[in-house]
Amino acid sequence: MPLPDAEILCAQLAELIRPRLAANTVLVGIHTGGVWVAERLRELLGLTQPSGALDISFYRDDYHQRGLHARPQASQMPFEVEGAHIILVDDVLYTGRTIRAAMNEIFDYGRPARIDLAVLADRGGRELPIAARFCPHSLTLPAGQMLALEHSAAGRLVFRLTEA
Amino acid sequence: MTRNPQLTAEGELKHLLTIEGLPCEMILRILDTAAPFASVAEREVKKVPLLRGKSVFNLFFENSTRTRTTFEIAAKRLSADVINLNINTSSANKGERLLDTVDNLAAMQADMFVIRHASSGAPHLIAQHLAATGCDHIHVVNAGDGRHAHPTQGLLDMYTIRHYKRDFSQLTVAIVGDVLHSRVARSQIHALTTLGVPEVRVIAPKTLLPSGIERLGVRVFHAIDDGLRGVDVVMTLRLQNERMQGALLPSTEEYFKAYGLTQERLALAKPDAIVMHPGPMNRGVEIDSAVADGRQAVILPQVTFGIAVRMAVMAMLGGT
Repeated sequence: MPLPDAEILCAQLAELIRPRLAANTVLVGIHTGGVWVAERLRELLGLTQPSGALDISFYRDDYHQRGLHARPQASQMPFEVEGAHIILVDDVLYTGRTIRAAMNEIFDYGRPARIDLAVLADRGGRELPIAARFCPHSLTLPAGQMLALEHSAAGRLVFRLTEA
Repeated sequence: MTRNPQLTAEGELKHLLTIEGLPCEMILRILDTAAPFASVAEREVKKVPLLRGKSVFNLFFENSTRTRTTFEIAAKRLSADVINLNINTSSANKGERLLDTVDNLAAMQADMFVIRHASSGAPHLIAQHLAATGCDHIHVVNAGDGRHAHPTQGLLDMYTIRHYKRDFSQLTVAIVGDVLHSRVARSQIHALTTLGVPEVRVIAPKTLLPSGIERLGVRVFHAIDDGLRGVDVVMTLRLQNERMQGALLPSTEEYFKAYGLTQERLALAKPDAIVMHPGPMNRGVEIDSAVADGRQAVILPQVTFGIAVRMAVMAMLGGT
């Protein structure tokens, strides 16, 4: 099965979001792929506000099974979260657990007015009642496969499928 | 070869007992993990949920305010429940009583022990005992044992050095003072040499140096002016009045004259040298107030970084 072109999906995702932009809208990417997508969206949408970046290592619900991620990064929220319209950005929506962790973390910075979810692709397999508001592509993958974004040598975003 | 008792079969951190023997990669991982924890303290809610529902017991068989407090803050910022126990060690038959105490706390569903003890090796003994009694799900953090080790202090010192100097590979570091009684010095020396600091110096009178200290990979200086020349980092040690037995020193005044860190002496180090101290300071004994409060001192940042480093250690242990 050919994988979708991530750069094209970024452009489509930007057009889905554009009509919903408000004065208080900020983008927040989830490490690592979501941060790249948020950066693309910021350029495509011409936003001047810096984007946030979340590393949800300290909020994962599988910490007690899998331990702490080996190299956690500091999350950055370079704006007032209180009252913001946050568009949470990730590359692939799967179980929904990452999104739950990200929302938990956001609320430790303040109380946003609204959170929307934007992803390049929804691969199914949800384990929590979470849905994306903005999603240009859906596909179904077996549980053993992992779909993730990579940065190619040429600086392009490309999808890659690996066996878990 | 016996496995390092601090590490799991997979090489993950299970206990933190000493820096000696920890792989360089593991020390760097702890420092890297501490950085995002430092940023948690800048947020509206200074807590993350990693140790939610876990019980951390601070077992202090020896007095400490700062170390116990920073461990307590660190555990609370990880959402753990913290129980502080200051235990009098004056009773006889300490070994047996110590392990009885441990058994009782294990029966209270402890998940982690943070242990300070006047006897070298006590945390190690407790970790072995937990393994032998089927309680090896309980993690042990050494918060200072006798003259042996104070690993979280050594790690927070490394975090501080990296924060200000970025890289360990070009540094000259001087440790000044009562090395003989200092578990902090031992942890610092093991950390610095493991991280590849090319020159680690110890500066002290002969009476305050353990014999054979050179074997740890340090250069020994007895004259402070020689030892401070050209260094990037000055790590002062507290003169351990309460540990002094017999006539190791004529007086604290004499000590200050010969080894106290003054502005004049600090001027021999590099102009951008930083001054560290593990606390609590004896002003006018090992360090002059002008230096302690001066622009090169990073003594208070050390305390702040100590919380992040202890969060990192406890979070890494709690996940194994």
